[in-house]
Amino acid sequence: MRRNGPDSFYPRPSVFLLVRRAGNLFAVVVTGLFALLAVSFLVYLILYVAHQGVSFLNLDFFTKTPAPIGGKGGGVVSSLVGSLLVVGLASLIGIPLGLLTGVYLAEFGRGGFAKSVRFLVDTLTGVPSIIFGLFIWIVVVVPAHSFSGVAGALALSIIMIPTVTRTTEEVLRLVPNELRDASTALGASPSRTILRVVLPSARSGIVTGIFLAIARVAGETAPLLMTAFGTPFFNTNLARPIDMLPLRVFTYTLSPYETQIHQAYAGSFVLMLLVILASLAIRWATGGFRRRR
Amino acid sequence: MAIEVRDLSAWYRETQALKEVSLSFESNSVTALIGPSGCGKSTFVRCLNRMHEEAPGARLNGKVLVNGTDIYGRSMRARDVRQQIGMIFQRPNPHPLWSVFDNVAVGPRLNGLSRGSRLRELVELSLQHAGLWEEVKDRLGAPARRLSGGQQQRLCIARAIANHPQVLLMDEPCSALDPIATFQIEELIRQLKRDYIVVLVTHNIEQAGRVSDRTAFLLSGRLIEEGPTSELFSRPQKSETDAYLSGRFG
Repeated sequence: MRRNGPDSFYPRPSVFLLVRRAGNLFAVVVTGLFALLAVSFLVYLILYVAHQGVSFLNLDFFTKTPAPIGGKGGGVVSSLVGSLLVVGLASLIGIPLGLLTGVYLAEFGRGGFAKSVRFLVDTLTGVPSIIFGLFIWIVVVVPAHSFSGVAGALALSIIMIPTVTRTTEEVLRLVPNELRDASTALGASPSRTILRVVLPSARSGIVTGIFLAIARVAGETAPLLMTAFGTPFFNTNLARPIDMLPLRVFTYTLSPYETQIHQAYAGSFVLMLLVILASLAIRWATGGFRRRR
Repeated sequence: MAIEVRDLSAWYRETQALKEVSLSFESNSVTALIGPSGCGKSTFVRCLNRMHEEAPGARLNGKVLVNGTDIYGRSMRARDVRQQIGMIFQRPNPHPLWSVFDNVAVGPRLNGLSRGSRLRELVELSLQHAGLWEEVKDRLGAPARRLSGGQQQRLCIARAIANHPQVLLMDEPCSALDPIATFQIEELIRQLKRDYIVVLVTHNIEQAGRVSDRTAFLLSGRLIEEGPTSELFSRPQKSETDAYLSGRFG
């Protein structure tokens, strides 16, 4: 409390004031403790997996195929390659679809059709991912009589679409209408306005959405169980069962062999690192955007 | 070059914003549209460059003839109309991240009007006509957001000019600007009328008096009175006009 004299603006300490300050302190401490609690689970998870897995990350891990069951050594290169291929294909399908849907909803969607689309997309975000796997299993795997990387990519792409659509739509809505008006008033067609003015303005937000979607599906396991299925063999043929990192982690976690359990931890650590790096990349990209402004 | 508007009515869904307004605009003139908020001035000019139809639930009736051609005719594309009839908005709206040059060049680039060295000449000429060249000639690559409000508005004028329109619609272009920038823009408008038909919407009666050749007074979507500015101001024929001009309402 500042005391500058009899005409001081600042009140002298009173019981009421002390109670208020105590109340403030209490609120800060309690909410802070809960925040710490929430974060601590995450930190513990990261540290535990890192501790268990990091020592088994070596060159072999990234370059060798799995050892025979029960054997030592070997690596998960087949899973890494498989994940890359399948997630890559999923992105090629899911990102354009999500982007265009987001553009439609933000720029053209006003009627009942748009409202239904938006509702369905929002619903899709809440669907458990295994359902997408089941769907593709029924529609692709069973008729083809084979698990395949393509089936896995299809399942993952459907999972990606709502994420990309939502972030794209939200980010496009943030582009001020003044910019659209200015472009329209100059005689630009709607597509030119969207391509040359609106989309470039929303670029960093859209990239964020894409990164998020990729990071999310890279770790999905359940839908892959009945689509890509996995294999201990090195395979790059997307029409056949293909191995992917989450599947390998799943298989190895359940195995009784020490080497495989170690490698499961190492694989989990890699997946976790992927998500962390993606989040950092997103922050860097959007933080960079703010700095330039 | 002339614009003739006949019995123009416009609606936003169920609300009628314009009621059978008829006006004409001659070349090399500045016409001011005055009237209280909500009287339909902005709606009127947005009907002139077919921006009104972009609003949800927008409808209109009547004819807008530019050199005898109905701009709402079946064979007319909105974007061709908008290239001929440029618009400057109330708040300067250059693309903040684009450079000064890119902002002026966007019209020609979008419409394929010119490129390369011809584009550079066009940008320079447009900036000169907008009275901005001297201030930005050394920083054409600087992002537009670094310019002051008045400079940004002149940039928007340069942008509109670069698109080679015949008409400039200005919707309260000075309302977001300081007095000095306003003065500069008003000077500019007096020069612009040599090359364009200028339609100026303003809520500032004195500005209409300073800048325009003719003035039209709108109230609740109707055209109350229209005529040479000096006559309208000194000898308004309708009582509503008189009341508005003397500030009894506004």
